[in-house]
Amino acid sequence: GNWARLAAQQSLTQDQLLQFDTFGNVSLIHVTDIHAQMVPIYFREPEVNIGVGDNKGHVPHITGADFRKAYGIADGSPSHYALTYNDFSSLAQAYGRVGGLDRVSTVINAIRADRPDALLLDGGDTWHGSYTCYKTQGQDMVNVMNGLNPDAMTFHWEFTLGSERVQEIVENLPFAALGQNIFDAEWDEPAELFPPYKFFERGGVKIAVIGQAFPYMPIANPRWMFPEYSFGIRDENMQAMVDEVRAQGAELVVCLSHNGFDVDKKMASKVTGIDVILSGHTHDALPEPVLVGETIIIASGSNGKFVSRVDLDVRDGRMMGFRHKLIPIFSDVIEPDAKIASLIEEQRAPFKAELEEVIGQTDSLLYRRGNFNGSWDDLICDALISEREADIAMSPGVRWGPSILPGQDITREDIFNVTSMTYGEAYRSEMTGEFIKVILEDVADNIFNPDPYYQQGGDMVRIGGMGYRVDVSKPQGERISDMTLLKTGEAIDPSKTYIVAGWASVNEGTEGPQIWDVVESHIRKQGTITLEPNNSVEVAGI
Amino acid sequence: GAGAALMTVLPFRASAAAAEDVINEFTGGAAVADAGIDLTAPEIAENGNTVPVSVSAEGATSILLLATGNPTPGVATFNFGPLAGAQSASTRIRLAGTQDVVAIAKLADGSFARASKTVKVTIGGCGG
Amino acid sequence: MASGVKPRVKVPKKAAAGDVITIKSLISHKMESGQRKDGSGNLIPRSIINRFTCDFNGQNVIDVTLEPAISTNPYFEFEAQVPEAGEFKFTWYDDDGDVYEETKSIAV
Ligand SMILES: [Mn+2]
Ligand SMILES: [Mn+2]
Repeated sequence: GNWARLAAQQSLTQDQLLQFDTFGNVSLIHVTDIHAQMVPIYFREPEVNIGVGDNKGHVPHITGADFRKAYGIADGSPSHYALTYNDFSSLAQAYGRVGGLDRVSTVINAIRADRPDALLLDGGDTWHGSYTCYKTQGQDMVNVMNGLNPDAMTFHWEFTLGSERVQEIVENLPFAALGQNIFDAEWDEPAELFPPYKFFERGGVKIAVIGQAFPYMPIANPRWMFPEYSFGIRDENMQAMVDEVRAQGAELVVCLSHNGFDVDKKMASKVTGIDVILSGHTHDALPEPVLVGETIIIASGSNGKFVSRVDLDVRDGRMMGFRHKLIPIFSDVIEPDAKIASLIEEQRAPFKAELEEVIGQTDSLLYRRGNFNGSWDDLICDALISEREADIAMSPGVRWGPSILPGQDITREDIFNVTSMTYGEAYRSEMTGEFIKVILEDVADNIFNPDPYYQQGGDMVRIGGMGYRVDVSKPQGERISDMTLLKTGEAIDPSKTYIVAGWASVNEGTEGPQIWDVVESHIRKQGTITLEPNNSVEVAGI
Repeated sequence: GAGAALMTVLPFRASAAAAEDVINEFTGGAAVADAGIDLTAPEIAENGNTVPVSVSAEGATSILLLATGNPTPGVATFNFGPLAGAQSASTRIRLAGTQDVVAIAKLADGSFARASKTVKVTIGGCGG
Repeated sequence: MASGVKPRVKVPKKAAAGDVITIKSLISHKMESGQRKDGSGNLIPRSIINRFTCDFNGQNVIDVTLEPAISTNPYFEFEAQVPEAGEFKFTWYDDDGDVYEETKSIAV
């Protein structure tokens, strides 16, 4: 609307985006949760991001106008577009796409021009999430990321490539693959392939970077794909590692984490001696660090949309001060780095025709991120119900997946961007109403348990064909009620059996067509996608 | 998320009474203190069929480990010999669903100590 | 004896007299709980390792009673004193009457 027109009149320059008064003696550059998005995309931030327990009402659990108010962001401004969901389609027309690893490279190069020995740290969820990444088993992202010269990374979705492939890649990585919480499952000993930490000497400062992989990998993703490994938060071992690196003379301790923001906050309150946590997994983008005790926590968004720069003043073995900027990657404003642009082109060239094939169009904004169904999820659930002839559809509450604007074509690449994974089989099975409730209660507790250490993974499972009410303030077993089969308007009968179609089962041997083929077939039949607003979930107890 | 649906980790209704019987048999009905024993277990089990659990109680002669929500609560009893380097042990256990794991130590002076920890066993799925 | 039962232990090769060392043991065993049903709905009979012991030069380190809630391939980690050079003896007792043994010597 109005804001968009105002915004369009504002000019934004690369110099403005990169402006930073170099501070102290150390610079950290953080990227995370890129999900294999090498080229510019649209990405709408969440409208619903509910905090529970002590995190209620605190960032990152505020969105939209409340978020803009909290950070003094003007309506219609570039930060409004980058960090909040309102008026997304029109602001996207004005400000354009975000991300692109060639633009990210330009930003990294500019920081390195200021501070040649800045540390570049990748929080993981890097080798997953696109057509080319799926087809090359992560090689495209490995090649492009190597071009950016990171110093270290940690992991989550990478493990869904299977432990053999992960080992093959990691053995040849020209930088550190860290994870203090990656253990050998058989003997419960630190996995040799993933050291807990690495020392760097930068700006005359001895820096230890400790890796923290996603703690709940074998729960959120199929553990049969990486049976050799065990994870967990292991905050006692984290404390031991912090003490160990301090004893070895570390003046600055950085934790490169894929815990998720609330888990990082709790960990920061239990483990002493970490100066900076670079937080990943929950895809939050925060314009300022959050302080817990003497630890600062940085959240750098997802999908290549942001780069965080953190300058630190470290003296006498202590962090004396910091300066931080969350840099949004406006892809029309930031000049691509030609070297990385051609590297990206090289990865995509063999798949050009398949990537670009137009499957249909959309009249509706397609997005995913949020605690409950996004419109992409509604479309995927519609596809499952119609293509698999089901009563009810379930789609995982993953946080990745770019957005598509009204009026845009939907290409095969777009479909893969929201579905790509190594266990994409779309199952079709019978479930009782009682069992469906057990699933919803289980998943709801994994996001709304007031103790972050009991929160296991993603957003709420997306449901098609069924409405329900959730009271997030209640304990497990009492949150879900009023389950209704939408096509008849009848209450779900606990003893009755329903046909449920879904995808991304963590069980070995799941059978069915790949979800991207199911979605492609559905979109082809529809031609142009028009989605009605989804009001099937009633949320209470906020 | 939903994907995991076919796995049946339905919450098992705890045989809490059965657990109390086993504890009474171990303690002979004596009072049980809250301090003097550590029990370590994950908040969320990576796999309900193999949950790592550690117990430790300085000076204990034996430690009883129970899973209060399993069909039968017994898990193991650790008896420490003269050459035990510490009165501690780790093992891996099966949990039929989210429940409290309980450890009771019999200390050298004949008194008893108890610790418990809730371990969540979840269907899983849905990564970020 | 039950097929495929294979014990493994990790003991340091050397220690100083009086040291406390960490020992880890694993034995491949399905630990059939007695609570599972087969395809035709009949209970599969219980078949587990029910006791595990570790001794050093004839003196006991630990003696564990196992119930069906112990996972497949029972794993134990514990601490032992090493007063002198000698031999650790590990013994697993199967429900079916079989006994599996493993020994590890340690120098001081
Ligand atoms: Mn992610
Ligand atoms: Mn993640």
